[in-house]
Amino acid sequence: MSATIEARIWRGGAAGKFETFSVPRRESQTVLDVVTFIQRKLDPTLSYRFACRVGMCGSCAMTVNGRPRWTCRTHVARLGDGPLTVEPLANLPRIKDLAVDMAPFFDKWAKAGGKFVPSAAEGADFARVEPESEARRQADAGIECIGCAVCYSACDLVSWNPDYLGPAALNRAWTLVNDVRDGGQEARLSAVAGDAGCHACHSQQSCREHCPKSLNPTASIAGLKRASLRAAWKGGA
Amino acid sequence: MNFRARAETIAWGAQRASAAVLGVCVLVHLATILYAVRGGLTAAEILGRTRGSAALALFYGLFVVAVSIHAPLGLRTIARETFGWRGGALDLAAAAVAVFLVWFGWRAVGGLFG
Amino acid sequence: MNRPHRNHPAWWAFAVHRLSGLALALFLPLHFWALGQAIGGEAALDGFLRWTENPLAKFAETGLVVLLAAHLAGGLRVLAIEFLPWSPRQKAAVAVSAGFALAAGLLFLFNVGVA
Repeated sequence: MSATIEARIWRGGAAGKFETFSVPRRESQTVLDVVTFIQRKLDPTLSYRFACRVGMCGSCAMTVNGRPRWTCRTHVARLGDGPLTVEPLANLPRIKDLAVDMAPFFDKWAKAGGKFVPSAAEGADFARVEPESEARRQADAGIECIGCAVCYSACDLVSWNPDYLGPAALNRAWTLVNDVRDGGQEARLSAVAGDAGCHACHSQQSCREHCPKSLNPTASIAGLKRASLRAAWKGGA
Repeated sequence: MNFRARAETIAWGAQRASAAVLGVCVLVHLATILYAVRGGLTAAEILGRTRGSAALALFYGLFVVAVSIHAPLGLRTIARETFGWRGGALDLAAAAVAVFLVWFGWRAVGGLFG
Repeated sequence: MNRPHRNHPAWWAFAVHRLSGLALALFLPLHFWALGQAIGGEAALDGFLRWTENPLAKFAETGLVVLLAAHLAGGLRVLAIEFLPWSPRQKAAVAVSAGFALAAGLLFLFNVGVA
């Protein structure tokens, strides 16, 4: 391993270019450490986003050597000895340098019916949900999402159709479809069905391959496909 | 479910249902191809097997219907994703392809089995 | 363009499924046309079949058999993902699909007397 890392960092917004920095190599160094070193020691005008540094907040995702990754938990040593290329996430508008506008990503969570709709009246007793029930286990499999947009950035369908809701929003919808307390299922299935929703997914599984939390949006989306087909078959409003 | 969501969902379901039918049809078709090509193909050999066989005619008639549902829906998806072509005109074009394939396919089945 | 995020078996399986599907859809009218020669009687169909005896046509036919088998196996894989409980053996499913397609192609070459 060389003593320094040659880091190619994207500078500018939609139009811009790579700038190369030389960063000293350290033990247990993450990609976020490299970016932070550049900002603190070499060029304070570098813009990027992070908060927790321990893989919880979901704000530090960037494109590292062509793949979307959470930079705070991506060790430079694991990426090999070549130059390190860091770009903003794909499929989202670039604001400046490594920061993207996350608004379209979270707007789609709302569009996909990602909000819990209580069915019980206020003041009602607690709902009893068996931990071992099938629905609860389906919901459990998807609820650890940290909203980092790595899957959204890895998804071809998003790049082919800007309206496509994307893996994270659909995964969120699937956890709510399996929430027996929720009363907004019909509107939700309407929102997630079709050309810009679950039925556009081709199970390429790039979301599953790249999810830092090892979630499986492909399986969640498959669940939505079946649930909305059942709803469409039965008719309804 | 609203109309648009329902229509797209049904279209998706039709593509998967036709895929399931095609799964069986293509398996039989592939086995037939691999068996029939031994020693070369002649028209007499093919027509000797097909002419007057109601069961085979029915099978291939169904095969044509399934593929005429499956292929246009697939092409429609490719048009959307590759060229960004969406909307009513695309749906109409896909339907036209479906009608053409059924007609052209049944015509061939008629020629072989009639 | 550099797209390392696509370099995994399920994505490649998608690419094969899409390209084989497109090729088969384009071939289909040709296939119906060729079989439709039978309407003109045995001689007309024989004329066409004799033409397919040339090596280039045999090569194309082998390609079509591989595409058809690949689209079949890949399609069953997709149906399994969408309608069956999730299987952790996704890579194996892709490998089996590819093996099935290649086996069909080899069997065709063998039966047609080339190999």
